[in-house]
Amino acid sequence: MNNTNNIKKSVILNIINNDKGGQIVLTSLFAIVSYCILSHLLLPTDSFFYISTYTITLLGKYISFALLALALDLVWGYIGILSLGHGAFFALGGYAWAMYLMREIKDRGVYGNSQLPDFMVFMNLQELPWFWYGSDNPLFALLMVVLIPAILAFIFGWLAFRSRVTGVYLSIMTQAFTYALMLAFFRNDMGFGGNNGLTDFKDILGFNLQSDNTRLALLFLSFLALFGGYLISRYIINSKLGKICMAIRDSENRVRFLGYKVEQYKLFIFVISAILAGIAGALYVPQVGIINPGVFSPLFSIEIVIWVAIGGRGTLWGAIVGAFVVSFASTYFTSALPEVWLYAFGGLFVVSTIYLPKGIAGIFAHFSKVKE
Amino acid sequence: MYKNNNNDLENIKNLKYGDTILSCEGVTVSFDGFKALNNLSLYIKYGELRCIIGANGAGKSTMMDVITGKTKPDKGRIIFGDNINLLKLDEPTIAEIGIGRKFQKPTVFGNHSVFENLELAMDDDKRFFKILFSTLNNEQKIKIEQTMELIGLKEMYNKKAFILSHGQKQWLEIGMLIMQNPKLLLVDEPVAGMTMQEVEKTGEILTSLSKTHSVIVVEHDMDFIRSIASKVTVLHEGSVLAEGSMEKIQENEKVRKVYLGE
Repeated sequence: MNNTNNIKKSVILNIINNDKGGQIVLTSLFAIVSYCILSHLLLPTDSFFYISTYTITLLGKYISFALLALALDLVWGYIGILSLGHGAFFALGGYAWAMYLMREIKDRGVYGNSQLPDFMVFMNLQELPWFWYGSDNPLFALLMVVLIPAILAFIFGWLAFRSRVTGVYLSIMTQAFTYALMLAFFRNDMGFGGNNGLTDFKDILGFNLQSDNTRLALLFLSFLALFGGYLISRYIINSKLGKICMAIRDSENRVRFLGYKVEQYKLFIFVISAILAGIAGALYVPQVGIINPGVFSPLFSIEIVIWVAIGGRGTLWGAIVGAFVVSFASTYFTSALPEVWLYAFGGLFVVSTIYLPKGIAGIFAHFSKVKE
Repeated sequence: MYKNNNNDLENIKNLKYGDTILSCEGVTVSFDGFKALNNLSLYIKYGELRCIIGANGAGKSTMMDVITGKTKPDKGRIIFGDNINLLKLDEPTIAEIGIGRKFQKPTVFGNHSVFENLELAMDDDKRFFKILFSTLNNEQKIKIEQTMELIGLKEMYNKKAFILSHGQKQWLEIGMLIMQNPKLLLVDEPVAGMTMQEVEKTGEILTSLSKTHSVIVVEHDMDFIRSIASKVTVLHEGSVLAEGSMEKIQENEKVRKVYLGE
């Protein structure tokens, strides 16, 4: 047992061996998460060092955003596909898991209907639409969290990459993709709660969603998902496949000339990224307590791009830092100075594009070079 | 994958020094009435280093385009080895059966190290699912190291390609061509923009390559061609004007008239 543990450890260490930024970011994040959990459990509520449930939930939300940013950095930073619609995969994963959470409410809803979620009763539906079948089974729902974004990414990517759509045109298509989904999900007769989305969740796997312990567990799960997602991404990047992806990013035609089928590589990375985004969405939903079609909005997808740009494209860990910094600033400003936030956000983007073309990660790369 | 005729591929592998590896017979290409190649016939032997010279518009690049499948000719035959008809194959297939090409402008992967550039070009199973779990074996590592030695970039194996000088990029691209392991290398203007020392070194690389591959070099630089001292073909208005050693070519009156401008 001990032996297998050692082997596992060494595999992980191997993957992030030459990745100082990743080591630092993941270790600090682990420290922060552990501190939050321990202080919440052990300290009295009036202590200065006590971390409130609100902060725990907030941190969990940021981590799910960080996983989403990581997913985007994988396609944008390493194979050069600027997706302006990654919010769609996040939302699809979120909706897939939210459907399970809705079914978990059972007869505790306002209308007390054990078969149908409240919004369906409200809409006078007599029975469950076919696409809600199976959503009461958490394993099935989990499968959908992975499969739905993967299948959509596969179909979209297969069509787009095969016809060699690249650059701005591809970005616009991804934007149209998420916009179309947003319009569809806004419709009440789509059967996903329309404008209001899915909300009022009670339990997750039998645990009360309002209880502190459930929230701590969700926070820790989110961290594990981010950690796992990071390792998978880093493993892909370090492999020969990753080198080919970066070569495609830099000079697509030359790679074709060497005899590689570029479309297959793009499709693979795009699908992996969509899966990571879907998982991030599924972690977001129980912690935030609601998902609505707003998550499909192109604006949100552009915000993800800004996280990655500010953190530093093509570094993986930069995306995590970017998601945290911008989301934290967003939370702070929208409560302290709500009218300033949009300007501050725009300003942040302009300043980072002009002065930090390589984002926050670029600063560290610069200093470590100076030290050498 | 080129599957149709494995016998033909075997024949290519079994070619002996001095056998004909490429024959172009009566190749004609016209663009809007202008004959870029006019009844061109050219034969290359296995293990030969052939230089092609000619003024601008003589048809050098068109000739390479036709051999690599980029342009289809109006008339003529191009046979690789004993009996592979190149005119029926597309670009990737021609690359796969063993004809590599270096373009005029060096295109290497700037964000990859010298080693990685060579690794990516390497003659290996390039199907997606093979790549996903592929690791370098010892033999392949040795091959890459030998190539780095040959192109003189061994000390820079770890350096990213964008910091290389123009000449070093040219060498790296020649190295990538070697890693693709073609039977026939087409090299377009390998010494353009190189310093004297770099030109000399490129000559050495190409000469040593011609021991195990056939090499066709298109070049303007007469001193360079003289230094690698091989058989020279002079193209003029789409067909062969003269062929022979450099000394013979220089004495040839027709060549002096149209090419050397005397």
